[in-house]
Amino acid sequence: MSAILETPVRAFESVSGAGAGEMLELAIGPHHPSTHGVFRMDVVLDGERVRRLKPVFGYLHRNHEKIAEGQSYLSSMPYTDRLDYFCSLTNNWAYALTVEKLAGLQVPERAEYIRVITAELTRVQNHLCLIGFLLQDMGASGTPLMYAFREREKILDLFESLTGARMMCNYMRFGGCRVDLPTGWMEEAQQVVQGLARFLDEFEALLTGNEILMARTQHIGVLSSAAAVNAGVTGPMLRASGVNYDVRKVDRYGVYDRFDFRIPLGDHGDTYDRYLIRVLEMRESLKILRVALRDLPEGPVMDPKARLRGFRPKAGEAYGRIEAPKGELGFHLISDGSPNPFRYRVRPPSLMNLTVLEEMCMGRMLADVVVILGSVDIVLGEVDR
Amino acid sequence: METLEEICFRIKTALPAARVEIIPNASPCGQRSLLLGREQGLAVATFLRDDPQLRLDYCSNVTGVDWLEPSLPQGFVQSPSSAGLKKEAGEGLGESGTGCLEAVYHLFSMAHKNGPVVLRLRTENRLAAVRLPSLTPVWRSCEFQEREIFDLFGIVFDGHPDLRRLLMWEGFQGFPMRRDYLVADDFECEPTPHGDVPKRMSPRQGCAEVIQKTATADPRV
Repeated sequence: MSAILETPVRAFESVSGAGAGEMLELAIGPHHPSTHGVFRMDVVLDGERVRRLKPVFGYLHRNHEKIAEGQSYLSSMPYTDRLDYFCSLTNNWAYALTVEKLAGLQVPERAEYIRVITAELTRVQNHLCLIGFLLQDMGASGTPLMYAFREREKILDLFESLTGARMMCNYMRFGGCRVDLPTGWMEEAQQVVQGLARFLDEFEALLTGNEILMARTQHIGVLSSAAAVNAGVTGPMLRASGVNYDVRKVDRYGVYDRFDFRIPLGDHGDTYDRYLIRVLEMRESLKILRVALRDLPEGPVMDPKARLRGFRPKAGEAYGRIEAPKGELGFHLISDGSPNPFRYRVRPPSLMNLTVLEEMCMGRMLADVVVILGSVDIVLGEVDR
Repeated sequence: METLEEICFRIKTALPAARVEIIPNASPCGQRSLLLGREQGLAVATFLRDDPQLRLDYCSNVTGVDWLEPSLPQGFVQSPSSAGLKKEAGEGLGESGTGCLEAVYHLFSMAHKNGPVVLRLRTENRLAAVRLPSLTPVWRSCEFQEREIFDLFGIVFDGHPDLRRLLMWEGFQGFPMRRDYLVADDFECEPTPHGDVPKRMSPRQGCAEVIQKTATADPRV
């Protein structure tokens, strides 16, 4: 490997050479349904071929980090829900995990199991939605998305009865979870998990061998494993490129070392692999869920020694990360001993995964850009923070 | 994974000119970090990535930090009392320029599945000398994050391929994440016809004070 990688071509101003005058500059977004939020791509087109692509961020920027530095540690917990608003429970977990590292708090076993259960349910509903949106972007209008939303609804009902909110759950606390499971929740969850396994068979029968889906996604948006690692791509997108890296396996945070699950890997790194990896990951998640719901131990859900009010961790810093559905979600906290974090930083997986968007789209048709972006799985609440 | 002392020793063996210092961490997680000299930052980063024993091929996170205090203690940790006092008094903020801005890199190895190794790079001061070497040529994942730090903290990364604002809009003044940044009342304040309404209102509508104030400021009234 050369000492220093070639830096990518970035100059946008001059498109030179034959046919330079024929180029068309097009802004896709920020108010375009296929950009999944307020996201803009400035694209230079040669006919319908993409010659340059530049993502433009910041339409949803509210300086989450600055807000968090002006308030106590606990007050930021509801704000983390709004980062990736599909996966509020994994956001909660990543933040709680980092504060627990920073302050040296322990989590009771039952709370760890509940965290795993809620995180895996979150992963399933996130991947379901993503596949629905991806198919919608491809023109499969309605059916896959509505099927996915029908199943997601059942998971959101579970979240609602557990946390009181469907999407903005604000559930985890430093040293455990806010409340214990309500009566009958376990049975309902088990039923949902059983139903999901059947639904996935049906969903896959509809999609995986579908000729149009394959034609639109195979060999499109190929990402090599070396480029993915160097660009910090994480999550299903990295594993679709064939890199075996899952923070659940590497860090073994929580109680993930007690579950037997496999990490699906892709062969080609194309959009179809990114679709298929997510389907397989959902099946592995269901496997974890079945075991976790069976083995859930009794006990408290909060560490009795944890103090939520007047919480002041010692001066120091900590970096915590988890495998969120979109990739590695990290928090970096620096404490100066005061009730507010001195520095609060979110490492958003969606933003890092967009680093390679231009490479994946280069030379493709404009219609493929929408599909490739759909397979990256971004949420602008997290990209712009 | 080698200990931080071993890594530090091997960096010094491979690159004798490099300045490396271990920064302690008082938190229970005890994750210490390496403070690199600015001049050799890029060379050390390249060494860490390509060394077969370390293979730190994945840069996960880049954090910008604004240390406002004039003197940093041995570790990065400030004494809580002095930091609190300064914040409340609001005195001397940003005037000294003798604190520093810092970029913190969290490195992992995807090949060996271990980590993290934490690197820190510090600018000379907060006002004029705010340049750091960009590590984007080594790890491309720094590209957007260094842009973000440039945007919000105002650190200039030398060697970055595309150093523009990331989240704030072009033409925005100032660096919002700096500790001495003052939030503007209204970012999108533009002169509109409605802005003149209070001035035109008569005193019996209870706007005498407004008119008095604006009359001296605006000769049109």
